[in-house]
Amino acid sequence: MTQFITAVLTSLSSGAIYALMAIAIVLVWRSTRVINFAQAGQAVLTTYIGYTVIQLTGSFWLALVVAVAIGAVIGAVIDRFFMRPIFKRVKSGPIVMIAPVVATLGLLGIIQAVIGFVWGITNQSIEAPVSTGGYKIMGTVIAFSNYNLLVLVFVAVAMLLLTLLFQKTNIGLALRASAYSPEIAKLSGIKVDSVRTLGWAIAGASGGLAGMLYIPGYFLYPNAMDLLLVLGFIAAVIGGLESLFGAVAGAMILGFAIIFSTTYISPKLFFPTAFIVLILVLLVKPAGLFAPKKSRGA
Amino acid sequence: MSLIVEGLTIDHGAIRAISNVSFKVPQGQLAAVIGANGAGKTTLLRTLSGLKEASSGSVTWNGSSILAKRAEDLARSGIMHVSDGKSVIAELSVKDNLALTGLWRKDKKDVAAATKEVVELFPILGQRMSQSAGSLSGGERQMLAIGRALIARPKLLLLDEPSLGLAPLIVEQIFQTIKSLVKKMNLTVVLVEQNAMGALKIADQGIVLNLGSVVLIDSAEKLLNDPAVRSAYLGF
Amino acid sequence: MKKAGKVHKPTTTKKRLFLFILFGWLLLILGDRVGDLELYQGSFVATYALAVTSIVLLTGYSGQLSLGQSALMAVGAYAGALSIFNAGWHPVIGLIMSALIAGVFGLILGLVAARLSGPYLAGTTLALAISLPTLANQFPILGAEEGITFDVGPSPARFGEDFSQYKWFFWISALAALIMVFFIVNLLSSRYGRTFKAVRDNPVAAQLSGINVGRLKVSAFAISSGVAGLSGGLLVMLISGVSPSAFPLSLSFSLLGAAVVTGLYSLKGVILGGLVLVAIPEIADSLVSRIGGSDNLWRFRQLNHGVAGIFGKCAADSGGGIYAKWSRSPA
Repeated sequence: MTQFITAVLTSLSSGAIYALMAIAIVLVWRSTRVINFAQAGQAVLTTYIGYTVIQLTGSFWLALVVAVAIGAVIGAVIDRFFMRPIFKRVKSGPIVMIAPVVATLGLLGIIQAVIGFVWGITNQSIEAPVSTGGYKIMGTVIAFSNYNLLVLVFVAVAMLLLTLLFQKTNIGLALRASAYSPEIAKLSGIKVDSVRTLGWAIAGASGGLAGMLYIPGYFLYPNAMDLLLVLGFIAAVIGGLESLFGAVAGAMILGFAIIFSTTYISPKLFFPTAFIVLILVLLVKPAGLFAPKKSRGA
Repeated sequence: MSLIVEGLTIDHGAIRAISNVSFKVPQGQLAAVIGANGAGKTTLLRTLSGLKEASSGSVTWNGSSILAKRAEDLARSGIMHVSDGKSVIAELSVKDNLALTGLWRKDKKDVAAATKEVVELFPILGQRMSQSAGSLSGGERQMLAIGRALIARPKLLLLDEPSLGLAPLIVEQIFQTIKSLVKKMNLTVVLVEQNAMGALKIADQGIVLNLGSVVLIDSAEKLLNDPAVRSAYLGF
Repeated sequence: MKKAGKVHKPTTTKKRLFLFILFGWLLLILGDRVGDLELYQGSFVATYALAVTSIVLLTGYSGQLSLGQSALMAVGAYAGALSIFNAGWHPVIGLIMSALIAGVFGLILGLVAARLSGPYLAGTTLALAISLPTLANQFPILGAEEGITFDVGPSPARFGEDFSQYKWFFWISALAALIMVFFIVNLLSSRYGRTFKAVRDNPVAAQLSGINVGRLKVSAFAISSGVAGLSGGLLVMLISGVSPSAFPLSLSFSLLGAAVVTGLYSLKGVILGGLVLVAIPEIADSLVSRIGGSDNLWRFRQLNHGVAGIFGKCAADSGGGIYAKWSRSPA
């Protein structure tokens, strides 16, 4: 019984972290139709900056705020100065999909190399701000702590704020319109380029949050976020790449599937489970679970 | 305050879509641009609205050149382009679609007033406010697209084949609406149409394009009565 | 194959065969003149050139972006290792098995992938790339984490005593690569190959003129997987073994990057692609030996990969890669 409870709670907290990354990926995809592999680098870079803040001030919360803010700035800078020129030069053919992928992969490598030069590549760590001791239920300690709860709360709040932003504000409408149809948005007077940069900024902030919440409990090194990026990407694809809700749902499904299969069947099934879940979903719905049906018509 | 096009040439890669086209549309008038498929009419509009670059020539509106300006800047300066068919964002609601042209405007009161006027003009939109634009019929979508453009209080309206795919009754309705809007709001309109007869009937002047070049420019009335035009474009 | 710029003259199969044989003969002569190290590196160049070929075929020609070529190489690698080591078959049979089994795997994968587009395909192949190698851990016959190691054996005695093992490697890999690339080039200039260009340029029109786009895509997947599998089999031979860690996700990324830099839409650049993939770690290593420090090794490797990627993007903005820039022929 406790194993089951542990599994459920661990699934929730894993899923929550995947969700943050998945959100960042969906945000960039929706506004630019690009899968941003450099997100792993951006997130780990902001976490290193957060680490430095902690070294200087000792405050996790300050570091969190700084990481999120700088994540937004880095995201905006990358879109404005790196991605925009790419889009201007690449207009048609399969290269349209591929060039940004290769470019973001290259950027990832550069970011990680720079981190290596500035901070070194030995493992660092960040202390969690609240206790990571497991709760006691019915006399046994389960693998769920105050910290896991904190992560869940943060993710829920972030989800809520982002949904409000997208659905209830003018900026959110501009973001959605620019993602669905840049041309109509332009003809309506929306500055699509600037809106896109904003989308990247929000994605960068989300990645920054993901990094700071993920690293305590793991080691911090330049490649630390690579795995999370892959899982976040898979979660986003499962969810349909089109909505924040889909991203979170996909992340939860992935989290539950992975935790339950590694707990009850075999720990070696971590990655194969991810693959199988993905394939099963895409076989039934090639566009992901929550992709909206585009209505055909004039 | 007129639209003056001079020597406009537009290329699509190696293909010359528009070749040395010149015409003038005085303020408050409706110019119908007619011609067969592939004549370059849509390309012409897309260049006027800033979506496509011209290779040479000049276009002035209101005294200043509008080539090489970005589409969103032209839209904000009063030039509204209602592109063909797909001119609504299917995933957004009717309400959201209408709101798009008001997002950047500072005078929110006027935006609200304009929206009200548009809903009065096209009551069906008011009934379908919270529905997704993708669920609307063709005619309703066209009304939505035109309505959205009107909320921006445009001075120059570029319409690309508004009658495409619509039933004759609806087409008639839309053409009449356009005509009355021109009068009421002193709009300048460039109307691209394959439905040459319907367009010429409400237009002040007609511009006939063929394979990217101007073949004929005259008052709409004269074109309607011109035998060559009638047999080529009007079907009788 | 420095025929850049003359691409429009149709070459017949006979002419092509002659050119390939000539090139192969030149390679063999070259092989006699250089030392063991260069021969070993040359084998890797040939192997990676094959891997890049598979990407050009899959992504450049049939427009399917796959991040999982490393997994397909792994399939071929394990197939080859099992055939040669466990079943004791002749190395040539082993290589054929690598290509064949990987090809069948690719066929199945292609059937699944045909319904997927863009990022969905990328995500699926990505998931495949990270999960497939770990599958080897599950089955003891695949050697679990340490993998299988074996010795391909010294070169056949009839070549004499001067014929080093590395020369043998070079001959096998260069020959295998040449034969496979010849086959692919022929395939692509046949009617089958021309349909690729039609689909790439305008899929709707192609479909309307009767081309079965789905079948084309699946066959492209199968063939490119076979090529990747052969490349994996060769790698097994070169490193005398196979293990899950030999085919990480980063290999897929490196291959894709090299393909973009050296020309995604044509096979002319694949040799250069192989060269690039061998040269980059070498450059990193030599930089490090000059500066010193093991930390730096890692940093420079990352930097090189990153810079190559960016450079690739810049050079390849039309997809034609370096060759397009030099020869100004259409991609």
